[in-house]
Amino acid sequence: MKNLPLLFCGIFFALAFSFTGLILTSHIQIGSLTQTTESLEATDDLDENGMPVMVMTEGDPLYPAMPVGLAQQGKEIYISMGCMYCHSQQVRRNEFGADIERGWGPRQTVARDYILQERVLLGTMRTGPDLAHLGGRYAGDAGRDWNHLHLYNPQIVSKGSTMPPFAFLYDVRQVADKPSAEALTFPPNSEYAPKTGYEVVPTRRAKALVEYLLSLKINYSLPESPILE
Amino acid sequence: MLAEQKQGPYSSTSEAVRLELSEIDASIRSAALFFVISAIAWLMIGTVFALVVAVKAHQPNFASTFEFLTFGRVRSAHLNAMALGWASNIIFSVGLWIMARLCRAPINHKGILFIAGVFWNIGLTVGIFGILRGDITSVEWLEIPKYGTPLLAISYALIGVWGVMAFRFRKGDHVYVSQWYILAALFWFPWLYVVAQVMIIWFPARGVVQSVTNWWFAHNVLGLWFTPMALATAYYLIPKVLGRPIYSYYLSVLGFWALAIFYNWAGIHHLIGGPIPVWLISAGIVASVMMVIPVVVVGINHHMSVVGLHKEVWCSPTLRFVVFGAISYTLVSLIGSAMALRTVNEITHFTHFTVGHAHHGVYAFFTMIMFGGVYYMMPRLLKREWPSSFLIKLHFWACALGITIMIVALQVGGWIQGLEMNNAEIPFLKVVQNTIPWLKARSVSGLFLTMGHIAFAANFFWMLFAAGAVRAKQGPTLLGSNEGGTVQ
Repeated sequence: MKNLPLLFCGIFFALAFSFTGLILTSHIQIGSLTQTTESLEATDDLDENGMPVMVMTEGDPLYPAMPVGLAQQGKEIYISMGCMYCHSQQVRRNEFGADIERGWGPRQTVARDYILQERVLLGTMRTGPDLAHLGGRYAGDAGRDWNHLHLYNPQIVSKGSTMPPFAFLYDVRQVADKPSAEALTFPPNSEYAPKTGYEVVPTRRAKALVEYLLSLKINYSLPESPILE
Repeated sequence: MLAEQKQGPYSSTSEAVRLELSEIDASIRSAALFFVISAIAWLMIGTVFALVVAVKAHQPNFASTFEFLTFGRVRSAHLNAMALGWASNIIFSVGLWIMARLCRAPINHKGILFIAGVFWNIGLTVGIFGILRGDITSVEWLEIPKYGTPLLAISYALIGVWGVMAFRFRKGDHVYVSQWYILAALFWFPWLYVVAQVMIIWFPARGVVQSVTNWWFAHNVLGLWFTPMALATAYYLIPKVLGRPIYSYYLSVLGFWALAIFYNWAGIHHLIGGPIPVWLISAGIVASVMMVIPVVVVGINHHMSVVGLHKEVWCSPTLRFVVFGAISYTLVSLIGSAMALRTVNEITHFTHFTVGHAHHGVYAFFTMIMFGGVYYMMPRLLKREWPSSFLIKLHFWACALGITIMIVALQVGGWIQGLEMNNAEIPFLKVVQNTIPWLKARSVSGLFLTMGHIAFAANFFWMLFAAGAVRAKQGPTLLGSNEGGTVQ
């Protein structure tokens, strides 16, 4: 090959081809996805295929919902701890893997689920379980307590886990006049409980992280991926 | 005739041409030495990170009280130290050196190249500290925080331009296959890096467009940066050491263009089953399978070029590593094509199988070939020989055994993990615990690799700061039956 313009054009177009095909095209196809209602209504108008034009149901809330408050701050902790290197956040369709059977989510996740996320953390590794629906599996105060114990030391609630403890997100301190309302409640006779007179209290970062984890839930349908009863 | 000193097809036996090559070597000596020393330093740092994460994977309490040593961060520090520290520095060293020699163009203004290299390594050091202190981005292969990346990009531009300049001012009519690969890679990498930085970190694209961009980038770091550079090195060294031309020019052309066209679509196979349009995934799978063409073509071309000369290959430190890498290229790529098939991917995705595969590519293929490149380059840059053939052999065997153990452990363990994960009747915790023996085997493999790297570094610095005995050593350092002597 001595024809250099040709060589260079080939080098250029090889990558330009995939850049256009993969990046620009997906940007055009899914870069403008917006929130929508859980289901759509048919109208009397017909589209070019003779099918009824579908519109959003008037009065219904839009999904996915905007993440708010402490949960949003917790995502920064999730990112800075590198959680996604062991935990994915995506549910594959039924019959492809066992994601739904394992209870990792009630339905397949689709592109629209991620449109409001400034950083998308799909993940490619499941050293630990998928977390797309963690907040659906561990909800409320019980879920909050479980997650704090689990972060402080996974062995407390998940004996034999290979997840590292994140005890540095907690303060172990002497009990003041009365125990803190936020102090972790350990199971009876737990070997990981602090000495008597001491308590384990979540730091601001631990609280934010747990709120983020609890906020991860797929509790809404989308027209293209409904939750089937 | 000395096996290592035989002239390849593109260098003449004439004194004039050898003198010219010697002048080119002199022009790039200081920069190439700086890059190779940096590369080896990062290799050692990356190895320490690797050992820490390998142990943490099965002993979660190991060093767990230190926030900066938490798994996700050290793992990413390891990846970046190896990809941008070891791999990219060794590319800047060996790749630019080969480019300058093939273009018969001395590197002018080498001061700029040297300073750009210093800043590349400063940027990377800042980036790794950033990762460890928690500014990690959690975007795979792009973990370095915002404040580190512009420096890397600018430094890269000032380094890569010297390869293009050498090409622009080349002498002679012929352009060799290694030059195509190096020129293309020097052009592809910055494009990939800038697009990925802009669309994911600086001005995030909407939703999973980020993920598509992420894997377009990450897979192409391997496919369009490491792979072409390693293939260029193999294409340069095989004929050089053996003294006979590459088997087929036309296979070289076919292999190059097939790689250029197919490889850059393949990365989407990291998102099979994920929340992105199915046609994108299908395109990625098709491209991954089409990669069989360039892989088989390059495999045949390399094989036919060394066939019948296996003894020479085994005695040459350079070719022992290069041929190990070339064989690994064929294997890892064929396994990679198979992994892209939906039925296989359903099992291997999200498991340690992929981690094993990544090391198969970056280590058993790329790194082994680059070790070979260093064994060839250093005697010519320093005009002295490798001090110890024992250390070279130790390096080879420790690394060859280590990486083999790692790949087998992670891929067998990962396959089992995938099968069990897809069976919802097996509790997840059980799946995790069943991976532990394989992860322990991975840690053992890490000890072998560490031993190999120490042998390599020791030999390298022994050579660099050589005492008189090393300087006086005559004739190339060979392995095997010809050890210590010259091949007639």
